[in-house]
Amino acid sequence: MHMHKFEKIWLTFGVAMLLVFLTVIGVSAFYLGNQPPSCLATIDPEKVDTTAPFNEPGLKKVEGKDWDYELVFVASAFSYSPGAVEVPLGAKVKVIATTKDVIHGFEVAGTNINMMLEPGYISEHIATFDKEGEYLILCNEYCGVGHHMMTSKIEVVK
Amino acid sequence: MLTDAIKLKVDRRDGKLAMAHFYVAFIALAIGGLAGLLQVLVRSGKFELPAGIGYYQILTVHGVVLGLVLTTFFIMGFQISAVSKTSGTLTNRQRVTGWIGFWVMTLGTVIAAVMILLNEASVLYTFYAPLQAHALYYIGLTLVVVGSWIDGAVIIMKYVEWRKKNPGKQSPLLTFMALVNTFMWIVATIGVAATVLLQLLPWSLGLVETVNVGVSRTLFWYFGHPLVYFWLLPAYMAWYAIIPKIIGGKIFSDSLARLSFILFLLFSIPVGIHHQLLEPGIDPAWKFIQVILTFLVIIPSLMTAFSLFATFESFGRSKGAKGLFGWIKKLPWGDARFVVPFIGMLAFIPAGAGGIVNASHQMNQVVHNTIWVTGHFHLTVATAVVLTFFGVAYWLIPHLTGRVLTKKMNKLAIIQGITWTVGMTFMSSAMHAAGLLGAPRRSAFSEYGGAAQAAEWIPYQIAQAVGGSILFIGIILMLYIFINLAFFAPKGEQEFPVGEAANPAEKAPMVFENWKLWIGITVLLILFAYTVPFIDLIQNAPPGSKGFKLW
Repeated sequence: MHMHKFEKIWLTFGVAMLLVFLTVIGVSAFYLGNQPPSCLATIDPEKVDTTAPFNEPGLKKVEGKDWDYELVFVASAFSYSPGAVEVPLGAKVKVIATTKDVIHGFEVAGTNINMMLEPGYISEHIATFDKEGEYLILCNEYCGVGHHMMTSKIEVVK
Repeated sequence: MLTDAIKLKVDRRDGKLAMAHFYVAFIALAIGGLAGLLQVLVRSGKFELPAGIGYYQILTVHGVVLGLVLTTFFIMGFQISAVSKTSGTLTNRQRVTGWIGFWVMTLGTVIAAVMILLNEASVLYTFYAPLQAHALYYIGLTLVVVGSWIDGAVIIMKYVEWRKKNPGKQSPLLTFMALVNTFMWIVATIGVAATVLLQLLPWSLGLVETVNVGVSRTLFWYFGHPLVYFWLLPAYMAWYAIIPKIIGGKIFSDSLARLSFILFLLFSIPVGIHHQLLEPGIDPAWKFIQVILTFLVIIPSLMTAFSLFATFESFGRSKGAKGLFGWIKKLPWGDARFVVPFIGMLAFIPAGAGGIVNASHQMNQVVHNTIWVTGHFHLTVATAVVLTFFGVAYWLIPHLTGRVLTKKMNKLAIIQGITWTVGMTFMSSAMHAAGLLGAPRRSAFSEYGGAAQAAEWIPYQIAQAVGGSILFIGIILMLYIFINLAFFAPKGEQEFPVGEAANPAEKAPMVFENWKLWIGITVLLILFAYTVPFIDLIQNAPPGSKGFKLW
């Protein structure tokens, strides 16, 4: 099978770029720890309200961990609990969320916090809030007729 | 003598079978296009649906009818025509099989459509459990897939027959390509068949109470990503093997075209988890492995881009083009059969780049489930693929109906392509931009409680409505041209263009036709990529989910 010289150059260049690209995202994932939210913990979706930490949704200060606060959200059709929350500026926060019914999204608009909430699973993501302001939380996975009304908000305050 | 007759024209009886598929495909275009128009209008905030019709019901129509029905029917009609043309007229048994496939798919489509119209299935075309549709919706979609397997059997039967009659010879390129796509489709649809038949159907019938959501989603995406390659490969068939003939050039390399299709077969399937990067329950290391496998399709994509532009440049230079880009002027810019698919090829450049962003392990988090993704696949499937299908329809429909594409229709077809380009530029760009700001996909108009961030998205949503309306004009033009070519165009002979290799003496290695080898490697790659994630999802499964009907 014959391959044109230019095509060899083109493919060599292309494959080299691909390797560089994969190395960059690989180093970011495994060395810098930038992994997508992939929590493996499970929960009984029908007992969310009585299972810690979801029995007390909201912001909680924690000690002796890599993060300063834990922010717990419970999603259900078509709302989040809490409906609004204040976070101190500069806080390193572990967001912990789950759903009581169908699959929901958990997106904090204007940030990199974006994860799927699936019944029976807990989703987690660690983020630092270093810009003041009001951030909209919304459901970005279709969950039913009120999907687009499903919101909450985070206010980052000094 | 018989073989010469075969080369000239697709047999009338095979043509009828293909046309049956095209009628359904273009009816789907009309219905799905209208649904799309209603969606962009609703989302502009200036329009509300009448008579209690739900936004998500319309969205389900749009996804099912365009994503599954239009594409599958068009592809089956096109592949059957291409195989009949290049490997010979179907035997009666093959043709009857094709008709059975067609009617099973059509029956399934009607059942699913009735359930959507009755508002029993507003679960979108991805039907994520534990949202639970009526059992008949799942049965309808199953029949569409089963019918497509029966249609696929026609292609396999014809290929086997051809190989027996021509021992030791390489199969015709278009037949080879249709066969690769058929194999890929069958292996991929096993995933969706498994979740529907083993999980969702018994659950929706009340035979079992709960469903394992993680397993169901993973099976869906095992199918969901190769689905997009199932759409794309027929467009590649046209780009590699038909467009060169239309412009008057040659296929750059027959064997490299075959190699790229084999690579698509291998790397289309073991990659579905890149749609699930933000999901719990799957180890990030396995996510990363599938990200790597996802990116391997970049290699055949680069080969394709090189081949196409090499064909164009060689042709232009053979016509005496000078300078670095002089060959561009020599291309047939007045021929819709070239221009419309060419727009599709250009659209695939930003579309592919956006796809790399989506599948990237980390960048995905910025755009996942935002309307950026919608903007992305309206460039891939709704521009690159669909415009190529339209470009094929311009000569294939009259070829099959014994009519011709007139100069007037050719001109209208080019206007159609330009209309599409303008509309899609508005709509897709606005979707990409709004997505980067956080606007979600698959959502009705909402001010999100008056949030300042959501207010920023509204101008983009109006731009989407403008673009979507222009696209709808493009759809009306396409339907007008289709009806003309099917029923009213003057009788005559329209060519079925089949490209010839630039160097016919150079034969592709026969190992390309060794299907035990390629399907074997495909299966091994799938087992490698999926075994551990599935064991995790099953062994560490949370309590199952009951069904919900939240619409």
